[in-house]
Amino acid sequence: MATSLEVRGVSLRFGGVRALTDVSFAIREGELFSIIGPNGAGKTSIVNCISGRYKPTEGQLFYQGRDITGLTPNARATLGIGRTFQNLALFHHMSVLDNIMVGRHHLLKNNFLTGSLYWLTGARKEELEHRRKVEEIIDFLDLQSVRKATAGTLSYGLRKRVELARAMALEPRLILLDEPMAGMNFEEKEDMARYIVDLNEEFGMTVVMIEHDMGVVMDISHRVMVLDFGKKIAEGDPATVLADPHVKRAYLGEEDEVLVDPDDAAPAQESAA
Amino acid sequence: MAGPALIPAGDFRTSYAADTTIFPTTTSRNFAIAGVALLCLAPQFFSGYWLSILIQIGIFSIAALGLNILVGFTGQISIGHAAFFLLGAFTSAYISNNAPIPVFFAIPLAGIITALVGLIFGIPAARLKGLYLVIATLAAQYILLDFFSRAEWFSGGSVPASANPFSIFGYTLRGDKQYFYVVLAYVLASYILVTNLMRTRDGRALVAIRDHYLSAEIMGINLTKYRTLSFALAAFFAGIAGALYAHYQQVVSQEGFGIERSILFLAMIIIGGTGSIMGTLMGTAFVVLLPESMEWISLQLKGGVIDHALSLNTNITFLREIAIGLIIIAFLMFEPDGLVHRWRQIKAYWKLYPFSH
Repeated sequence: MATSLEVRGVSLRFGGVRALTDVSFAIREGELFSIIGPNGAGKTSIVNCISGRYKPTEGQLFYQGRDITGLTPNARATLGIGRTFQNLALFHHMSVLDNIMVGRHHLLKNNFLTGSLYWLTGARKEELEHRRKVEEIIDFLDLQSVRKATAGTLSYGLRKRVELARAMALEPRLILLDEPMAGMNFEEKEDMARYIVDLNEEFGMTVVMIEHDMGVVMDISHRVMVLDFGKKIAEGDPATVLADPHVKRAYLGEEDEVLVDPDDAAPAQESAA
Repeated sequence: MAGPALIPAGDFRTSYAADTTIFPTTTSRNFAIAGVALLCLAPQFFSGYWLSILIQIGIFSIAALGLNILVGFTGQISIGHAAFFLLGAFTSAYISNNAPIPVFFAIPLAGIITALVGLIFGIPAARLKGLYLVIATLAAQYILLDFFSRAEWFSGGSVPASANPFSIFGYTLRGDKQYFYVVLAYVLASYILVTNLMRTRDGRALVAIRDHYLSAEIMGINLTKYRTLSFALAAFFAGIAGALYAHYQQVVSQEGFGIERSILFLAMIIIGGTGSIMGTLMGTAFVVLLPESMEWISLQLKGGVIDHALSLNTNITFLREIAIGLIIIAFLMFEPDGLVHRWRQIKAYWKLYPFSH
């Protein structure tokens, strides 16, 4: 399988804080790839590096074989990298329809001159054609009843779905989902998991997902990468990663016997020395 | 519940085209057409004074529309708008005086030149936000005004520059009655163009930048390009309005176009409704009519009980300025969404009467 995205030795520092240290991984075309790790592990940082919000201090990013390290976020969107945000980032005063239409920005051709002359330049025709595409996305995500609503007035779960719709409207080859299920109830999570699987299988998008719900991650991902303190500690298929002792340590802390009884631990240290 | 979702019962849209019209219903469209038709008759019925008020509302509403693109739709701010208005006025006067170009063409040309100058000031401004941007646009105001008072070849320096009356192909329009139609045509064209802009790609990009610039960038919108573009568009409409004003007054002077005029333009869009096209027109009408009505009130007060009690005497004219200031503060406090929001609520009230929801 062809490589969709390759991250090569990426480090990210903010002053003295090391958000990411020498992270390398590759995502295959058509894969559903999850990034997990405790809070503050650098998951969102890596997604921000991929989408272009942060420039890595060191290292390079390749998308479909092309070096994208120096590209602006909007140039990356044009190449087909879409994303959603962990904290909702909708256009609050726009309608749901307009929010999704913004996602099609790079697919629309009209500029401010031809757009102003609406009827004469084919801007109207283009709008209507893309409206049809947007309606397909609305259909897929079941947003029909709120398409005219102002995005800022929607409930949390719906906003998350609108955000997914907006990212889909970009027609990305690679879609980055930053905690798509955070704060959702069980049913909303089930729906969202279904949408994500469909994105991957029906729409053929390569999905990178950050998620804390281990059940969902283990169920739907093809491969999982684990970050801890900005370093990659494991990568592989879900079952292998879950069994990895490094991962257990990152999530659960040290093994009980090492921590609980200092008397037991002391001879071990002596023998090690 | 007043909102865009308020559609009369039985109004079903069966095509995407029917869902993208400017006016929500055919009734509202017919009302707008009737309104324009009535305005066309205005010169027959209104005296010179009221006609000149209408012309002023028209001209300033074009400039305010430009400012609303920048402030209301893109979320930038500018307190240098009056300088661009004046630049358009001087440019159009200069072109029509010094080149064999009829005023008909000089006006759009002045708009384009002003837009280019706006572009230059917009490039640094595109990287600034909030208070820093306020200061940068303040600099634009002073740089341009300083240029006007020094460049005698261009603006006549301290002497007001004269501007030709509106002419096209040797035919000259004279008097308010004829000029009214020129302004009306420009107002209609500007408002239709901007309405179209806001429902297509680049207009949406501007609003997206206002609402959440970080995710706008992730959606493929080039922030610097669109912020600069919005400056240029604002300057374009200011330039057009200035040019119309120059050929209306037939004399252009810096007098009255200092920073206080820039703030008055801001007042127009705040009172009307930032980010609303119809609100711009309402706000402009309000701000132009307010001093006139205050003038009338202060005339009525003159020699009255209140005048004597407070011994206002000649200070009575300052009531006007105080009232304008108070009204702007009141709008910011009680109706920050502007007149257009109030108007929507009134419409919703009548639509839902006698049930509140």
